Amino acid sequence: MAGAALRCPGCPEDKLQTLTEDLTCREAQAGTLLTLMGEPDQYSYPSVFIYGHRASGKSHVLLTLLSQLQLPHAAVSCVECVSAGLMFEQVLSALFGADAASLLPRAPSLSDFVRIYRQACVQHPAQHTRYIVVERAELLRDMEANLLPALLRLQELVDDNVTVFLLSEIVWEKFRPNTGCFEPLLLHFPDYTKAELLHILSRDTHPSYTPELYSSYINILLGVFYSVCRDLRELRHLAALNFSKFCEPMERGEARESDTHKLWRNIEPHLKKAMQSVYLREVSSVQWEEQQQMDEKEATALRGLSAHAHVELPYYSKFLLIAAYLASYNPARTDRRFFLKHHGKMKKTNFLKKHEKTSNHLLGPKPFPLDRLLAIFYSVVDSRVAPTASVFSQISSLVTLQLLTQVGHSDQLDSPKYKCAVSLDFILAIS
Amino acid sequence: MTAVGPPCSSESSFMSPSMNAFLSEYDHMTWLKYIYDRTVHIMSKRKSREKHLTVGECVSQVQRVLRERFCHQRLPDKPVGLESQYKHLLELLRRTAVHGESNSVLIIGPRGSGKTMLLRCALRELLELQEVKTNILQVHLSGLLQTDDRIALREITRQLQLENVVGDKVFGSFAENLVFLLDALKKGDKSSSRPVFFILDEFDLFAHHKNQTLLYNLLDVSQSAQAPVAVVGLTCRLDVLELLEKRVKSRFSHRQIHLLSSLTISQYRDAFRAELTLQDDFPDSKFSQEWNLDISKLCEDKSVDEILQKHYNSSKDFRSLHSLLLLAVSRVSVSSPTLRAVDLLEASRMSSADSKGNILHGLSILELCLIISMKHLNDIYEGEPFNFQMVHNEFKKFLQRKSHSIHNFEKPVVFK
Repeated sequence: MAGAALRCPGCPEDKLQTLTEDLTCREAQAGTLLTLMGEPDQYSYPSVFIYGHRASGKSHVLLTLLSQLQLPHAAVSCVECVSAGLMFEQVLSALFGADAASLLPRAPSLSDFVRIYRQACVQHPAQHTRYIVVERAELLRDMEANLLPALLRLQELVDDNVTVFLLSEIVWEKFRPNTGCFEPLLLHFPDYTKAELLHILSRDTHPSYTPELYSSYINILLGVFYSVCRDLRELRHLAALNFSKFCEPMERGEARESDTHKLWRNIEPHLKKAMQSVYLREVSSVQWEEQQQMDEKEATALRGLSAHAHVELPYYSKFLLIAAYLASYNPARTDRRFFLKHHGKMKKTNFLKKHEKTSNHLLGPKPFPLDRLLAIFYSVVDSRVAPTASVFSQISSLVTLQLLTQVGHSDQLDSPKYKCAVSLDFILAIS
Repeated sequence: MTAVGPPCSSESSFMSPSMNAFLSEYDHMTWLKYIYDRTVHIMSKRKSREKHLTVGECVSQVQRVLRERFCHQRLPDKPVGLESQYKHLLELLRRTAVHGESNSVLIIGPRGSGKTMLLRCALRELLELQEVKTNILQVHLSGLLQTDDRIALREITRQLQLENVVGDKVFGSFAENLVFLLDALKKGDKSSSRPVFFILDEFDLFAHHKNQTLLYNLLDVSQSAQAPVAVVGLTCRLDVLELLEKRVKSRFSHRQIHLLSSLTISQYRDAFRAELTLQDDFPDSKFSQEWNLDISKLCEDKSVDEILQKHYNSSKDFRSLHSLLLLAVSRVSVSSPTLRAVDLLEASRMSSADSKGNILHGLSILELCLIISMKHLNDIYEGEPFNFQMVHNEFKKFLQRKSHSIHNFEKPVVFK
């Protein structure tokens, strides 16, 4: 990749060289950032908003730039800062040292923060632009209403040469408060293209194999996964997990490094299986690795997380659940036809029911009253069931197991309404 | 490209304490020359490198000047296009400062229309008067920072440096503070006490405080003959008076200064030119002349004019112009020391980029397929809400009919 893309007045060449190596495929963005920041002692724009997909290198690029060039900066993540006070404390201690942060009162308001920031500024006047990097900035919207507008115009409020970077996956239009605010500069980090992904992923090679082999492996991996997933982290994780399987034929001596076709044939079904298990986190990566070592077992012989969905229920609970499912996914007007008539027609109605169910399935379950549930329950169960306390308590315990949900908490005892919250596969397994 | 470093190091060498001793050894003429050199910011002692250094340094100077103009919102000498409002405000503030008359005024205008700039200009001019400078007190409050009356009151006592302030700590409860402050304001009268300017930024946020106690008290003081105060509110809401309670509203003087941007396109062009033009006090006069010549050439460029027209149509405020110009100016470097139309074009492209389109561009094929099927659903059922089941069904139909099992993914994969 082009190495000379980064240049910036006022910072040494050799550092830029190492920076260029660190930020592969992000030269254009890093260059824009550098020109925006300008020389360290010049003013920079009050706030910059950077958006892009997950794992497109937003915080990586920004933080490498700031730390390599040794600019004073404070990086806070909104996930960690559950309250604004924590954020103020982190910013102050990163920019001015711990004693400035200790000046904050117990429950600091924005006013306190700005006042102490100003004081600290007077003591340590800025030679360089100070930077505040706020990661996961979408969470700022859920904090105090004034925090985001105040951060955006922090430069004006504290009267210091400070720039606030906001990093987010959400576009700026969703941030704007309704009374407006100081508009930040918007900067987009585009996603990596396939070639760039290939380039980045092939950088971390395996020591005992040639880089060419590894990059061909990455090529195969991308061929399988690229249409589903473009997340660099996910892909890197998958690449690391499956590489040992890829190398097996060579270790066993069945193939050489040049037999790409053979290797491809060996790995491809394996990767496809990985998409259904590891990618969805049904099988954890540790289990996946163990499986590859055992090898004689089939790859998905282990039951994943979702296969554990089967729950052992008591006899009547099963029927209750089936009744609830029937009540949820069938319209009430067909009840008479399905459940009242004699048993000779059951087969036919079953067929009809299925036909209707598929169309109803799309819209999700409908709520039904308790009376209807019990009526269907009695018609489904062949024997006589007394409406004992245990039957009713089983209904409420189904609610606590989240197999049923109660709709509209208006009335607890008088005709409560329920919804059935289980899938078709689950019900089929039970029935 | 290598000779860019010096400005920082040269600045620091000026500051060094050994400089005085160093200077004293020189005779008067060299000293004068040194001063001249300093003002012109040409640091090189060797003639041969002078030219090259100057370019790098000039560019860095230009960046410094313009960046300060765009980012830090340095005050202009006179507010442009707001002469009558400026005169009005200045007269009002002067009457409070000199004659001890209490006033209240609201400056209303959309975001980025220069409310703060207008006020700061007026205050700056006012403070040039000798008698005013020593006399008045200023209290700056912002609705963003002082989110309730308690905090605002503490801030007022702090900024007025009243007796219950030690260092910057304020003692006393909210009620005590209020009583104390009101007493202090009441005790004064027109002739003896110093006038106080209350400047309330984001005035509409103060109107959301409980009972609007602060506003009531401030406006009450300005209404009755107590210490002379001027309450200046800055807001971007046109209906701000509707937010006020009746008792607060009746005490407000209903003086409003509207800053509705009345720029025409030709004024906008002039503003564009003025923003980029270097002042006479720029150290290197030759470079600044060249630069200004380039700028006026740039203003006549057809493509630049188109960009300006586009921006003018989308918004007339100065801030968007500033952000556009900053993006353009930041591309000026040693290798291309003038601002070109290409830079502006690039900046305009960057600032008007469609962010949702950008995000959409980064999705994987599967996600795009799902979005297309959602679009189908939306077309067929016209705005009805849909769930994953329906989208998946639509997607499956697409798979069966059109694509030949290429994108045949399991349901959980699609769900993810």
